[in-house]
Amino acid sequence: MRVEDAEAEAAWPRKATAEEMPEPRKDADTQPAPAVSIREPVPEAPGQPEQPVHPRLATHRLNAYFGEVRAVRNATVEFPDRQVTAVIGPSGCGKSTLLRCLNRMHETVPGAGVEGDVTLDGSSIYRGGSSAIGVRRNIGMVFQRPTPFPTMSVRDNVASGLRILGRGGPSRSEADGIVEDSLTRAGLWDEVKDRLRESAIALSGGQQQRLCIARALATKPRVLLLDEPTASLDPLSTQTIEELVYELRTAIAVVIVTHNMQQAARVSDRTAFMLGGELIEVAATKTLFTNPSDSRTEAYVTGRFG
Amino acid sequence: MSRRRRQAQSVMMISMTYAAAAIATLPLLLILLHLLREGAAFIRPGFFTEMPMPVGEDGGGMANAIVGTLILVGVASVIGLPIGIGAGMYLAERRGAPFATAVRFLSDVLNGLPSIVLGIFAWEFLVRPFGGFSAMAGGLALGAMMIPLVTRTTEEMIRLVPVSLREAALALGYTRWRTSMTIVLRTALPGIVTGALVAIARIAGETAPLLFTALGNQFWSTSLDEPIAALPLQIFSYAISPYDTAHAQAWAGALVLIAIVLVISLIARYATRSRFGLGGD
Repeated sequence: MRVEDAEAEAAWPRKATAEEMPEPRKDADTQPAPAVSIREPVPEAPGQPEQPVHPRLATHRLNAYFGEVRAVRNATVEFPDRQVTAVIGPSGCGKSTLLRCLNRMHETVPGAGVEGDVTLDGSSIYRGGSSAIGVRRNIGMVFQRPTPFPTMSVRDNVASGLRILGRGGPSRSEADGIVEDSLTRAGLWDEVKDRLRESAIALSGGQQQRLCIARALATKPRVLLLDEPTASLDPLSTQTIEELVYELRTAIAVVIVTHNMQQAARVSDRTAFMLGGELIEVAATKTLFTNPSDSRTEAYVTGRFG
Repeated sequence: MSRRRRQAQSVMMISMTYAAAAIATLPLLLILLHLLREGAAFIRPGFFTEMPMPVGEDGGGMANAIVGTLILVGVASVIGLPIGIGAGMYLAERRGAPFATAVRFLSDVLNGLPSIVLGIFAWEFLVRPFGGFSAMAGGLALGAMMIPLVTRTTEEMIRLVPVSLREAALALGYTRWRTSMTIVLRTALPGIVTGALVAIARIAGETAPLLFTALGNQFWSTSLDEPIAALPLQIFSYAISPYDTAHAQAWAGALVLIAIVLVISLIARYATRSRFGLGGD
């Protein structure tokens, strides 16, 4: 079941419109082109309904359950390509659950259930025979705590997502190239290029988290999901990761869940505010923080609760 | 409470735990000392290469019993390790399922089962129907003892692997099966190896099940369908004989048995000195 766009609009009047989308930042454009091929940006086409263009990732009336508890309620939101979308809200508001529905990780929890739909480039990731495995290869994820595989070297950690492709995957020398490329994009290559054979758990926490980002990037995902990626890191490592997220937007769509409003303001183009499982407001980050249209958003971003 | 009294109390409690810790190692120290005093004199190269002498005669060795114990432990490991590790993986993956709960409970019961009961059972079902005592029956009985030990340690070690690691693998597009085999099992491996070696050390000294199955053998035999000698059995038969020289041989055999167990434990320590991975202490 795909919800019609018009219906989605009607169901979600506060959804961000194209006018609110920020222009791509100039400094992002002047960055040297990354080594990976840049996909064509998905143009927003509000005035051309005869040519419907899909956002990179979108949810349609998404409900997520833990047993009887509904953790996400009727969430309809779009995540455009080459933009960072931050999801903020108080603890337990469902922002991590929403994120975990986007790559079908939610269903790995016993008793979990999902209603509604999520589309990647217009096609459902839940229906039509799409497999969770395939979805997760296209949508990378990084968690709150660094999760390097402790039995693997730095190199093998980055290559681990490639190795499971088996014969269809890259050869060893191709994999080495992808490992270098991914580590470079994650801003870690210079620090680990002489330590590729060492155990990944010998790295510092911040390095481990960038290693996990490199590992997620190695499979060339179309979207990167970050679940409070700096929650367990010191301020300096946090800054490094934030700068990295800022650069990643030149190539892919990024969704970052954070409980830190300053972080959302620093790294994101658009911000979604959640409360009690509901998406209260989605808007350009600047708009959401300076001129929110919902009083609950205003109360939260001005620090009156949460 | 005054400060002085608090400090006195603290010193007293710490002293008591120190004393308890010292007493905990006392039996092992006493046993080792006594074995060394009684048995060390009879340990000579021939002890490992010669066959036992008829009861009453001096000299001889335990070559057949040492080899027999290694064969029995080998057979037991071939049966006990794969089944135990597989069952442990199942229990860790499906921890809440009714079948898993039942298996876990029954494993604990089997773990506490007196080994003589297991021996009688093995005699009834592995010896009597096949018309005779055999090394195979002994290995199977010891393997059955290993299974619950290995199952439970494997489960514990796999549970120590953080869920976040499993999720990281799934999020990369790993299948459940591949996540279990290449990420979870690999990470838990040092701990599982320790558990396996502890189980091997434990069964290497078992006597009761072997009395009803492997029986013991005065002669050289490595055949699986013949009765086979084993160190614990040899120690037992020497120890209950009336001759002093036999008693001395028994002490020497006991020393060798303890040394084998000690070596296995040391290998376990070495194999699991945490280079990477979890567990192993």
